[in-house]
Amino acid sequence: MSISVDNSELLRFTTAGSVDDGKSTLIGRMLYDSKSIFEDQYEKLKATTERRGEEGVNLALLTDGLRSEREQGITIDVAYRYFATPKRKFIIADTPGHIQYTRNMVTGASTANVALVLIDARNGVVEQTRRHAIIASLLQIPHLVVCVNKMDLVDYSEEAYEAIKEEFESFASKLDVVDVHFIPISALKGDNVVHRSDKTPWYDGPTLMYYLENVHIGSDHNLIDVRFPVQYVVRPNTDEHHDYRGYAGRIAGGVMKKGDEVMLLPSGFTTKVAKIDTFDGELEQAFPPMSVTVLLEDDLDLSRGDMIVRVNNQPEVTQDMEVMMCWFSDRPLQPRGKYTIMHTTQEARCVVKEIRYKLDINTLHRDLEDNDIRMNDIARVVLRTTKPLFVDEYRKNRITGSIILIDEGTNNTVGAGMII
Amino acid sequence: MNYNLNHLRELESESIFILREVAAQFENPVLMFSGGKDSILMTHLAQKAFHPGRIPFPLLHIDTGHNFPEAITFRDDLVERLGVRLIVGSVQEAIDKGMVVEETGYNASRNGLQIAVLLDELEKGKFDAALGGARRDEEKARAKERFFSHRDEFGQWDPKNQRPELWNLFNGKKQYGEHFRVFPISNWTELDVWQYLAIENVPLPSVYYAHKREVFERDGILLAENEFTPRRPEEEVKEMMVRCRTMGDMTCTGVWPSDATTLEAIIQEVSTTRVTERGARSDDKRSETAMEDRKKKGYF
Ligand SMILES: Nc1nc2c(ncn2[C@@H]2O[C@H](COP(=O)(O)OP(=O)(O)O)[C@@H](O)[C@H]2O)c(=O)[nH]1
Repeated sequence: MSISVDNSELLRFTTAGSVDDGKSTLIGRMLYDSKSIFEDQYEKLKATTERRGEEGVNLALLTDGLRSEREQGITIDVAYRYFATPKRKFIIADTPGHIQYTRNMVTGASTANVALVLIDARNGVVEQTRRHAIIASLLQIPHLVVCVNKMDLVDYSEEAYEAIKEEFESFASKLDVVDVHFIPISALKGDNVVHRSDKTPWYDGPTLMYYLENVHIGSDHNLIDVRFPVQYVVRPNTDEHHDYRGYAGRIAGGVMKKGDEVMLLPSGFTTKVAKIDTFDGELEQAFPPMSVTVLLEDDLDLSRGDMIVRVNNQPEVTQDMEVMMCWFSDRPLQPRGKYTIMHTTQEARCVVKEIRYKLDINTLHRDLEDNDIRMNDIARVVLRTTKPLFVDEYRKNRITGSIILIDEGTNNTVGAGMII
Repeated sequence: MNYNLNHLRELESESIFILREVAAQFENPVLMFSGGKDSILMTHLAQKAFHPGRIPFPLLHIDTGHNFPEAITFRDDLVERLGVRLIVGSVQEAIDKGMVVEETGYNASRNGLQIAVLLDELEKGKFDAALGGARRDEEKARAKERFFSHRDEFGQWDPKNQRPELWNLFNGKKQYGEHFRVFPISNWTELDVWQYLAIENVPLPSVYYAHKREVFERDGILLAENEFTPRRPEEEVKEMMVRCRTMGDMTCTGVWPSDATTLEAIIQEVSTTRVTERGARSDDKRSETAMEDRKKKGYF
């Protein structure tokens, strides 16, 4: 069969920028130049552009979603876009850049491999640029690309570009970001987006698309510490599979192998992996983010929320934790407040024991006095849970290091936390 | 050793995770089965998710009575093969009982009526999660849809007030009487679906492959000649090689001229096509926000 998908990886990236930095135009440009725009979409765009009395085809309108947003002319939610090249498939989490949408940026950033930060070459690093970089670092997005956009409006000047690069680098040195890359582009004209520009001979790096197609994402998952949160117990109870008892879930970390000595949490019992089962047959080993079903040698009773780990490599088992919390609700975070907490496949209740400080996400300043945590604020808080959770630091593992809080009255998700 | 999954395996794993999450978090889920390739993919993924057990929820088909006949035969075979229960909600019955009123006129379709029948079936069955095969790449109102989409007691979607979804933590909490729509294949594109169905050798209804059929053209879309759609005098029937890219009602699903008689040929065609698959659905052409308006009311 002539279907070659074997080497095509999935890359998720977020985009953030201030209003008018050219984010929508850039996404439109990537979709258009990679031939991911369909004719009927293009025709609609052209018609809408004309109706608005604008010239040409406004690529920005492509990424424009719901009716209310269309009316206001801004993006207020996270919208997901898809495109593919022969090398990779891409998922864009397109998020708005305003401070009042910090929560949307955090949401988009939570699963991203790459954060794409846009800077208007005429304005340089502004408050929003810093905020986006801080969010990318808090959420531990492994790779950051800074696109210096609208190079056409500064005559493709190397000095302008270098000045912005330097300014960003000096600020980013205070952040926890490992891999930062800079690209001079014009989203409107297409320079260095998909096609290399002849107007920036001084730039010898890759185009944005080349970067996205080739950045190494293989080690973005934790492959060291085996973590298998039990999600669902498979018990067919048929004649054929009478004694089958499989623990279904998604590998959250490490490489699990058949025959491994494992420990079960919270019981602390040890046993061996008898079989790693899937619909397509048994596997010798499994790694993130695979969904599999694990069978154990001994007949021990595990249920949803329990975790399978290696005997000599365990997460912290604790009821007390400190997290960086991004608040999502219009009702402020309640000191001493009680919430439902979700962590991997576990659920418990928790109480907010202390608010350590509020983080100014434009400056990284820590305000120890400010306990008023409102929507879009980020704060360091101490939580105590009703039962032990099996946690890792977020920087070690984004899956076993993250939690959400749920309001017990409204059932809404009100906070997202990264364990420190 | 290379610890990378290719994009199809990663999507598969994500969808299986969501399906298991639904089985774990909800008491009474149901899988909305339209008979199309996306629902067929969903049943295939569900089979994988609960292997070697059976799929732990029934399928619900809202039958407009205007199906491609091939689709119904296929559905019944599939249900038998999977050993799952099938619930059929009939639009015809709802019309006969006076619960809904049939649209009349030139572009009449039973699409809108499905909403009422669906909500009625969800209520009757006391289902608290309805799994759907919608994808975010299909239409722009869907680009912001969550995996777990909360619906109020009237089954309505409030796009402004969606719960944030982070990492792989899905909040399925709800008040009594509310339910969720869950979309496990949100992140798949049309091409992903075809590629995956091909590498997995998943059987599909014959209408997806190019075949000879009597068709006529209306508003730039080719419709299959059928007993439910009265033709205008100038609309001439001709025989052509065509296939379906999506499969809904015969009255509003366009067919495409195509010679693609194999999955490989379909993939070739999809990867070079320049029109979205929904470009051929007259229900979406009604207005720029047609999908968003229907979704708010409780459409799939
Ligand atoms: N000259 C120039 N204008 C640009 C460029 N990128 C975007 N723009 C313009 O900047 C304005 C804002 O762009 P838009 O994509 O809507 O910004 P967003 O608010 O960040 O999504 C529009 O008028 C674009 O045409 C660029 O590279 N060069």
